[in-house]
This record gives sequence, structure tokens and C-alpha cells, in this order.
Amino acid sequence: MMLTKDEQAIFDGESGEASQKAMEILAALRKIYGAESLVPVSSVQVAGVSYKNLGEAGRDFIAWWSEHGAKVRSFSTLNPAGIDLKRWKQLGFSKDFSERQKEVVSLYESLGIVPTCTCTPYEIGNTPKFGDHIAWSESSAVSFANSYMGARTNREGGPSALAAAIIGKTPCYGYHLDKNRGPSISFDVKADVASEADFGALGFATGAHAKDAVPLFYGLRPMRQTHFKQLGAAMAASGAVALYHVEKQTPDIRCRGCGEALEKICIESLDDAYSRLNTGGDKVDFVSLGCPHASLEEMREIAGHLKGKRVSVPTWITTSIGTRALSDAYGYLKAIESTGARVVTDTCMVVSPIEEFGYGTVAANSAKGCYYMQSWCGVETRFGDVHQCLDAAISGSWRK
Amino acid sequence: MRMKGREIKKGRACASALVSEMPISFLGGIDPKTGEVIAKDSDIRGQCIAGRVLVFPTGKGSTVGSYVLLRLMKNGAGPAAIINAASEPIVSVGAIIADIPMVDGIDISKIRTGDTVCVDGDTVSLEREGA
Repeated sequence: MMLTKDEQAIFDGESGEASQKAMEILAALRKIYGAESLVPVSSVQVAGVSYKNLGEAGRDFIAWWSEHGAKVRSFSTLNPAGIDLKRWKQLGFSKDFSERQKEVVSLYESLGIVPTCTCTPYEIGNTPKFGDHIAWSESSAVSFANSYMGARTNREGGPSALAAAIIGKTPCYGYHLDKNRGPSISFDVKADVASEADFGALGFATGAHAKDAVPLFYGLRPMRQTHFKQLGAAMAASGAVALYHVEKQTPDIRCRGCGEALEKICIESLDDAYSRLNTGGDKVDFVSLGCPHASLEEMREIAGHLKGKRVSVPTWITTSIGTRALSDAYGYLKAIESTGARVVTDTCMVVSPIEEFGYGTVAANSAKGCYYMQSWCGVETRFGDVHQCLDAAISGSWRK
Repeated sequence: MRMKGREIKKGRACASALVSEMPISFLGGIDPKTGEVIAKDSDIRGQCIAGRVLVFPTGKGSTVGSYVLLRLMKNGAGPAAIINAASEPIVSVGAIIADIPMVDGIDISKIRTGDTVCVDGDTVSLEREGA
């Protein structure tokens, strides 16, 4: 296990202090995980952006790279921040928090990272192809890239993704290797799984069971993109699933019947997942859609449901700047915002300081979102599909 | 006594050891201003890691722990060196960015609090008073 000549030169400081530190991080990770080599990456997604999680210590860390002139070598996009960078004032974020948050984003930008501030980089042009080695953080995006796109990434943390971006390589272990990408647990789904919330509930139930295994699902009907997104996001939250397969639907099962030897775990019902994600009362104080960030397809669906109505409780749809702009071009944005709902960019309910807003019960169609809002943000949740959530936004109360 | 491990962050430091038998979370476990161990369940609660060779099995907890190590060093309250039985990414990345000499793959049961311990690259040597 030796570095190449070029890597060693960077390690010894010949390319400056910033590259040296980045190479030291990659070399240490390589030792820890027993990777044979470093592999070039075609794309990087950097997490560790929300000031709520970073604090001053994290800010100092990002500032260090900027002060030492670090620049990324691979195409790199950024995870959500704690605020809508444009509309923070009207949305009620504090000035102090917003100033600090904006500084963190501009520090990342100074490294050459596109300040996309989205958890769905695949919606805005960061689209590695099948088989590409990439270094992504953001657990839901990792799952989507590995499972839906067939690219190869481990679950990177903020600093390891940043080091990979600066060097343009990542240690080759884990999900970069064929031998770790086959299924290691299998679920036979007998329950009726139809809406995006059902897929989230399925992910919530199976993720806790699978932990960091690679699930193979049988029995699922043809899935839409948003279904993959919800299933993967939930499994990465209740467990640590980074890659899953769906019989006849995901691209990366090259071996025929390679999961057949696995004992099939039967999923008969989603009732338990639904009851654990429904802790709130019938009075809804806030409605949150767009975790992970809403796609154009979802924006269109939301606009269709809300058209001509008024929302009676604060309603946020979180998405990327790109998807918001497209929604604007096609009229969905106007249809949504004329009802009183807000299309919010750059952030999401989980990483924004929502506990400061004092909401009791939040309704959402994301199992991941409900799980983290309960545990990190101290709010109660109501969980159902997009139509149930929008009905609650209009009436102010939850109906089953 | 001399022991060889794996160099995680290159460097040299000699200081009095502070040994915990439990994994450490730097976020919420150590006061970044003073270096005092504040984790409720820690076996070295109330002790100060500043200027010590901090010896513990491995890291745990939030990835924000990496940044806490940097904060500690900026406040002059960081450890002189870190010795782990088996390192993980949170503490390793923190040690690298904060320039704290770090070695892992060491039998930490051989080290006691108060031993004078030197870390030099991949080598750990220790002297015990009265031994």
C-alpha cells in the first residue's frame, strides 16, 4: 500500500499546504479502510454547509482551506445550507445566523465549488454516468447515485468529500469495488406500496433492519424517480444503507439471480412505520414538502393540486435554484405561490433552525424528513403523501 | 517501552498521558474553550486534555467532532498528541487539519494516565515514574 510518485509529492508538500493536507486526509482514510489505491473521481458532492451543524469551529475549518488557496480539481456541488440565501429575511431567519451562513457558502465558492446548495445534485446537472467513481456526501444523494444511476461512492463525510474534491481522487474501497456492490439482504414486499410516502415508509422500515447492508427488493411495481429518492433517503436515515437494488429496475445487478441465495424477509405491512412517523396531533402548524429537494415533476404535481386554492398554514416547498427557475418558466411557481405557499431554495427543514420558529406539528411527505425533524428539531410530525399534506395545508388539519 | 503503530498525522510530541478506556466524542464531549472533558458518561470526566497525550480506543459521535479539534487547538486547549487503538475518520481528519501528531494500532492497555509518553511518527515510547 504505497502512494504513487505524484501522490507522494503532494503528500510531501510540493503542491502547497492545502493540497498536502487534503492528501494527508486521503492517505489516512486509505490506511483506516485498507484501500489499495486512490481512484480518480468525476464528481463530488460536498456536505457540511449548514451553519446550524458547523458552528464557528466548522466555519474555521472551511476558512482554513480558503485562506490557503485550495481549489477543487473535480466538478463539485454543494449540499443545502441553513437558509434560503436570497429570501432569508422575508422567511424569518435571523440576521446573525444568515450572515454567518452566507459567509460559509462564499468560502466554499472560493474553493471552486458551485454553490448549488441542494441535496439533489442529480437534478441540476451533476450526473455521473454508470460505473463512474465519485465522492459524494449527503446520504440520500449517495443512495440515489449508487442505486439509481449506478455510479460508485461511499458515504463520504464533509471533510473527506472536500479532500477528494481538492485532490480529484478518493480511496478505492467499499462501494467502489465490485465485490461490495452485490445484495446482502433481501426483502419481499407484500404490502401495497404506491405513493411516494409509501416508499418512504418502506425505506424507514427496511433501513432499520438492513443497517449498512445492501438490500435487494422483490415485488415492487414500476417506480418513478421520486419513489427511488424517497426509498433511498429513508433507508439512509433509519439505517446506513448506501446502495440498494430493485429487481428488474435498478441498473447495477450484473449477475443473474445473484441475490437468490439470500433469505427473503417478508414485508407485509407499513402500518408500524406510518404510526412511528405520525406522532403529531390533528392540528397542523406547518407543511413541509421537498425533502429531498422537489423535482420538476413534483413541482408540477403540487401546482396542479393547489391551483385556485389558499393555504391556511405556512407551507414550504424546498427545492434547488434550478428547479425553482424551471418552475417559474412553466408557470408552476406562480400557481403555487399565489396560494400563499412558499417555494424555498438552498435549504431544507432538517438543516434550517426550525426549532426557533416554535412549530408544534409539522406535516411532511418525507419519511427521512419526519425522522430527523422529530429527533433533531424537537417537533412532532404528520406523515402522508403529497396530496394529504397539501389538503392539510389548505384546511389546517390532518385527515387520514 | 517502545511500541510501533500506524502514523495517522506525522509529528513529534512528549507529554503526560491522559488515558480513557472509552470512545470519545469531541462534539459535546470536550469543552472547546478549555479542553475539559464534559461527557457525562466518560471515565475521565472533569480532567483536562490540554497539553496531554490523549489516549483512547477510538472516536465516536458527530462528524462535527473533526472541527472541534481545530477549535481546541486555536484556543490553546488541544492535546499534545493522540493515540488510538483503532482510529476512525472523525478524529483522524481533526488531527490532520489541526496539526496534532496522531498514531493508531497501539495496545493502549499498556499506557497509564500520568506516564510520560512520546509520539514520533509511527512510534510511541513511554516512561513510568518509579518503574
